[in-house]
Amino acid sequence: MTDIKQTPDASVSDNIPTHAIDIELLARGRNTRQVADETPCLKVQGLNLFYGKKQALYDVDMVIPKQRVTAYIGPSGCGKSTLLRCINRMNDLVDGVHIDGKILLDEQNIYDKSVNVADLRRRVGMVFQKPNPFPKSIYENVAYGLRLQGIKDRRTMDEVVENALKSAALWDEVKDRLHDSAFGLSGGQQQRLVIARAIAIEPEVLLLDEPASALDPISTLKIEELIYELKNKYTIVIVTHNMQQAARVSDYTAFMYMGKLIEYGDTNTLFTNPDQKQTEDYITGRYG
Amino acid sequence: MGTGNISHHISQQFNEDLEAIRHKVLAMGGLVEEQIENATAALVSGDVEQAEGVISRDYQVNAYEVAIDEESIQILARRQPAAGDLRLIVAVIKTITDLERMGDQAEKVARMAIHLADMERPKNQYSELEHLSDQVRKMLRGALDAFARMDAEAAAGVAQEDLKVDAEYDAIMRQMITFMMEDPRNVRRTLDTMWSARALERIGDHARNICEYVIYLVKGKDVRHISLEELSKEASD
Repeated sequence: MTDIKQTPDASVSDNIPTHAIDIELLARGRNTRQVADETPCLKVQGLNLFYGKKQALYDVDMVIPKQRVTAYIGPSGCGKSTLLRCINRMNDLVDGVHIDGKILLDEQNIYDKSVNVADLRRRVGMVFQKPNPFPKSIYENVAYGLRLQGIKDRRTMDEVVENALKSAALWDEVKDRLHDSAFGLSGGQQQRLVIARAIAIEPEVLLLDEPASALDPISTLKIEELIYELKNKYTIVIVTHNMQQAARVSDYTAFMYMGKLIEYGDTNTLFTNPDQKQTEDYITGRYG
Repeated sequence: MGTGNISHHISQQFNEDLEAIRHKVLAMGGLVEEQIENATAALVSGDVEQAEGVISRDYQVNAYEVAIDEESIQILARRQPAAGDLRLIVAVIKTITDLERMGDQAEKVARMAIHLADMERPKNQYSELEHLSDQVRKMLRGALDAFARMDAEAAAGVAQEDLKVDAEYDAIMRQMITFMMEDPRNVRRTLDTMWSARALERIGDHARNICEYVIYLVKGKDVRHISLEELSKEASD
């Protein structure tokens, strides 16, 4: 813009490059995103889950697109966290859980006997509601996963820790106290540290279970900003009770109710013109 | 989605806010309807006093617009409405803009009524304007009813009426051109009549816009800038 010569009668609008807005595309309009047009990352197929005799998930089918943010919303107990945990097999740890159906990660069923669960969890990282840093230094928290992988080279380690902390938008705040205890950080910082720890091992998928619900509004916005940045590299699946948060951060939203996937689609459409009455009632805060 | 389902919010206060805003829109619509009726009556009967009454009451229409806008913005800021509630607020904000412009058109008719009161009256006592005014008021009434009942099909029906209004406006135009050709001394009066007809025709267009917002509100579909056939189809889907 700087080298454009202003003639006396040139208006500001003369200087707007016409190619910046594709009027034809605009005129055709109504171009909502479609999951079907995306590259799939995860495919959930006919998933049923039982806690003992109680069924918690009913025939869930959905495709989670690569490098997009997909949010699960729904009332407490609707099965959204259960479904999220299925994606890195966290439910395996719960007694009496029985799972039918498949979840394909890059076309491979993660419930296949041949799958190494530790390896799966390296590919599918998870961050919980309450920040859970290890009782170690900031540096060691991020380096932990790498040490598990057997990486010992100091220079590689320094580099990965710095990059992970930068990606988690925490580097500037902690670079002078990397060897202090992680417990000295604020809640929001701890949560970003946990995210840094998760991304240090370069997973493909990042599962976030209510990542901001224990944080103040500013820390929440920082986490949301971070999610926005991270989706360029990772496929993100987030569970949130905060519908506005889902509306702000996600590309696709799935509404779950009583263990069933009621509606799943483009976030813009879901929040302005949902298909199902149950979705409408939930997101507008009405009685069912 | 959500037709006639404004209440039943978990938050009682939110119910009341939405209900209050809806009532104000309908009250504003009623006022505009009255303004159009009075302006037309003043023109037909040459009643300057009545015409001045219309002009002096336009501020009330404007006040409604400002107040409803402000309440809508507060709801957006405080409640972050979604889905049907969001569409209601958007439809309200757009509807009151059209209502306010209708109010301005009514004021324009009232000003013409004052001009025309001094002039010789035509034999038909402006019955063509009276009829056009009845038509567009019927449209406005229908649009407001559709809004109140959240009835997309009724809104589509009212939007269709705009064709009749346009046809009638064309007929008035042709008639006025004939008058002017017959006797140039008619030109001033005829021009004022034409401006009045034009204002009424515009009111019909605004009523159609409101119908489009109602369809958006009820169906979540943007039906602006498409043919009336497509609009009807979208409204009944």
